[in-house]
Amino acid sequence: MDACRVNLSYLLDPAHWEIGAAYSIPTLILAHLGYTVLALLIGTVVALPVGLYIGHTGRGSFLAINAGNAGRSLPTLGLLMLLVTLLGLGLLPVLIALTVLVVPPILTSTYAGMRSLDRRVVDAARGMGMRSWQVLTRVELPMALPVLMGGFRSAALQVVATATVAAAVGLSGLGRLLIDGLAVNDYSRVLAGAIVVAVLAVLVDLSLALVQRWIVSPGLKGTD
Amino acid sequence: MTEYLRNNADTVWLALQEHVWLALLPVLLGFVIALPIGYLGVRFPALYHPLVNTCGVLYSIPSLALFVFLPVVLGTKVLSPVNVVVALTIYTVALLARTVADGLRSVDPVVVQAATAMGYRRVRRLAGVELPMALPVILAGLRVATVSNISLVSVGALIGIGGLGQLFTRGFQLFYIEPILVGIVLSVLLAGLADLLIVLVQRAVTPWTRAV
Repeated sequence: MDACRVNLSYLLDPAHWEIGAAYSIPTLILAHLGYTVLALLIGTVVALPVGLYIGHTGRGSFLAINAGNAGRSLPTLGLLMLLVTLLGLGLLPVLIALTVLVVPPILTSTYAGMRSLDRRVVDAARGMGMRSWQVLTRVELPMALPVLMGGFRSAALQVVATATVAAAVGLSGLGRLLIDGLAVNDYSRVLAGAIVVAVLAVLVDLSLALVQRWIVSPGLKGTD
Repeated sequence: MTEYLRNNADTVWLALQEHVWLALLPVLLGFVIALPIGYLGVRFPALYHPLVNTCGVLYSIPSLALFVFLPVVLGTKVLSPVNVVVALTIYTVALLARTVADGLRSVDPVVVQAATAMGYRRVRRLAGVELPMALPVILAGLRVATVSNISLVSVGALIGIGGLGQLFTRGFQLFYIEPILVGIVLSVLLAGLADLLIVLVQRAVTPWTRAV
């Protein structure tokens, strides 16, 4: 392979940054972020209540502990291709496959966050006359947030990196640069894809770190 | 599923074999490389945060991008399995270097002081006290790395590398569900088996963790 042909030309070419143009980098970033946000949203809606329930009641902790490893062992590419074979091409198989990726880390970290807090605090809350629901929403959830956000951030990183496989089944997203670049031996395009995805992952993680700083109670800082 | 297995036993067996060594060789290499790196992160505390951040960034590079891009950097052929091995080794190091550092940091300083007071020098203390005490944390990280490597190898099929991922792409191209199912089941079983093996090893080498 001729390594000299690989350079930043594709990434730096203004023509590839034209806003709104099909297959331009901003369009692909937008699609990529779209898959990521949707998968994270659906995954949180599914995993957070289950994790809170398990953490609050202590029932089903086996599920929460083992979900993480079970989810990691499931090959996303295989799942995606299975779903496409069953459901046909489209957004749905991609969203399901990415959501399956998101659920285990959020579930496990919600549970771990709830379990990591001092049980005496929960006892004190109950002793002050708080109802079960109030204990959950005003004490347990806020105190579990640092650990929970850690799980959410690693889930987000994973989805940003994995959403590239959407291109393998004909969808958009930054995986297009990788798959199409490979198909036509345009390795500068592949490099552009790799760099943009990695930068996007770092930016997503940084913004989530800011969100974490904003939503975690100041009373909990320094203990994390 | 059983019929597909019967008719394609050779193909599936070959894919499984390739999958095993493509996933596990990087675990071994990564573990050996991560140990000294993780130790440096503890020995020189100023290096700890740069280490954690670098590992995080490395881990966020999509596997597909790395598989495609390594041939360009290494000068290997696109179809060479070396690319997958190197890529997965990078992920393993990214995951384990941090775990090794965290594991060593988790050792109770009182224990380290006791060892020092008993006359243990740095190297012997590391090998005889700190590393064994850090093993539960390190092996937990090794489980994560092994399981995620086994599931990541299949992405290599997109660039034509062997392993169980070949069954995914074949099934996808033929719109035929059997090979995909066989691939997923075998991949998950393989991950479960490897995970179990590490747990058993961990029990054998850290008997004191069960005494409590």
